[in-house]
Amino acid sequence: MNGLEEPVLSVRNLNKQFGPGCPYCQQTQSTKMIKNYCQVCGTVYACKDVSFEVYPGEVLGIVGESGSGKSTLMQCLYFDQDVTRGEAYISTYQNGERNLFQESAQAKRYIRNHMMGKVYQNPMLGLRMNFSSIGNIAEKLIAAGNRQVGMMEERGTELLNKVNIPVHRRKEAPKNFSGGMQQRVQIAKALSNHPPLLLLDEVTTGLDLSVQASVLDLIKSLQRELGISIVLVSHDLGVIRMLADRTLVMLEGKVIEQGLTDQILEDPQAKYTQQLVHSLL
Amino acid sequence: MNIAYNFAFFDEGSKREIRRKTLKAIAIPGYQVPFASREMPIGRGWGTGGLQLTLSLIGREDVLKVIDQGSDESVNAVNIKKLVCDTTGVEITDHTSNATIIQSRHRIPEVPLRNNQILVLQVPIPEPLRFYEPSEYETKKLHGEKEYSGAWLMLFEQIMKYGSMTTGADHPVMVHDRYVMAPSPIPRFDNPKMNESEALILLGAGREKKVYAVPPYTKVVSLDFDDYPFQRETFAGKCCRLCGASDVFLDELIDEESKETVYQCNDTSYCLEKLNEDAALEVRV
Repeated sequence: MNGLEEPVLSVRNLNKQFGPGCPYCQQTQSTKMIKNYCQVCGTVYACKDVSFEVYPGEVLGIVGESGSGKSTLMQCLYFDQDVTRGEAYISTYQNGERNLFQESAQAKRYIRNHMMGKVYQNPMLGLRMNFSSIGNIAEKLIAAGNRQVGMMEERGTELLNKVNIPVHRRKEAPKNFSGGMQQRVQIAKALSNHPPLLLLDEVTTGLDLSVQASVLDLIKSLQRELGISIVLVSHDLGVIRMLADRTLVMLEGKVIEQGLTDQILEDPQAKYTQQLVHSLL
Repeated sequence: MNIAYNFAFFDEGSKREIRRKTLKAIAIPGYQVPFASREMPIGRGWGTGGLQLTLSLIGREDVLKVIDQGSDESVNAVNIKKLVCDTTGVEITDHTSNATIIQSRHRIPEVPLRNNQILVLQVPIPEPLRFYEPSEYETKKLHGEKEYSGAWLMLFEQIMKYGSMTTGADHPVMVHDRYVMAPSPIPRFDNPKMNESEALILLGAGREKKVYAVPPYTKVVSLDFDDYPFQRETFAGKCCRLCGASDVFLDELIDEESKETVYQCNDTSYCLEKLNEDAALEVRV
């Protein structure tokens, strides 16, 4: 990487809290906190000053135990939730000069439909279970302004082919599909309008090992082929090892360690990371 | 006439509230304005939205026509006419061109409407995105952000499943390039009549507590795709067995005795007027 390379996505000081906060928990060294939960006012600090960059064609992994703020971070990035404070810039939107979190709801929708794709852990959130699979893919294309049925059908079929959904089942609703197939439809949907950035939230959790492997294989090959940047959240170090170039470790809403994936897995610095790596079977 | 009710059934305050909401609806074409839907002597879902609009608008000088799926004489239309007549004493007509207020369920009359007429349509489901998004909270946001991919997605699904757009009625329309609106369950045949209509069109949903409007001379475009354009139902080569009209919405009937399929005008008053005209011509000849 040369020093001049522009990041696709840069996030600065992202904060997300659930609850109003109080004088006790707003101090830096508060004694009233259990992990990221304030005993006095009940506020949960899900993300605290999270900053990172994603470069073109890179896969950034985010690991951490459950409740460490990984999914909240992803939801904030996809505007499913509003952030409390923070900035994010995406290079393809207004030359990366506008803070995405301060844009209007319409602009956020535009960014979501044109520049991002997201695959949720739970396909119920990412798909419309009662609409056909090809309709699910078309939804994103329609949202991006497409009004050509023929073209959308072609693109949908091509994508479903790519994710190994048999052509004859393309008009079937995802509710009839197995978990692994639903996940693959979600991936196809996320890729439908060539987004420069793909957000993957625990995509393989809950799938059996062989299906996990095929989904991971698919993501890896698509990423190579299309050169998209991916932010990948997982608590499974195996997934991170296989896919991520660089990794962040989150604990209690904070990034406690970051670096090349190999470096983190072979020579963990933080105490939590050491524990995490050593508990790997 | 000895009536225990106020003129037009409602108290003046109620009528004023409905008129105020109607004015707001006219000011924002296609936008669904919530209103305090009143208790009515007929059940919700039986035309209470349209009836409340009619009652709030009607004056002593008005001439009322009520139709139910093209018919002036169906039970629903007759009962609504009776109620309005008993509480106002206004004149009732079957002739579309004589009426000043036309309340209709699921049809726009064949006779073109003029700028001194008001068409009131009864609406069961005012939300065009309801099937796509069940939550009212969410659909309000979608309307606010002009995010209508759901409306097109529903049409896309029909094309995927059946090869063409199959909305039998209530084909969604874009009003004034801003709001997507349910035109009430009128057949696709009637959708183009809303575009640049001379008459004011008001739509009322009593059960869902919404009123909305298409002001006169407003652009109304039926949603479609570039390669699947919007099409009306066609009755090419068919005509009414009674009056012979061809460019109208026809009902398909099966003759009980001969088991043959026959076609007949759906708009009964139009058919009757045409028959009378023909008869008058014959007499003169």
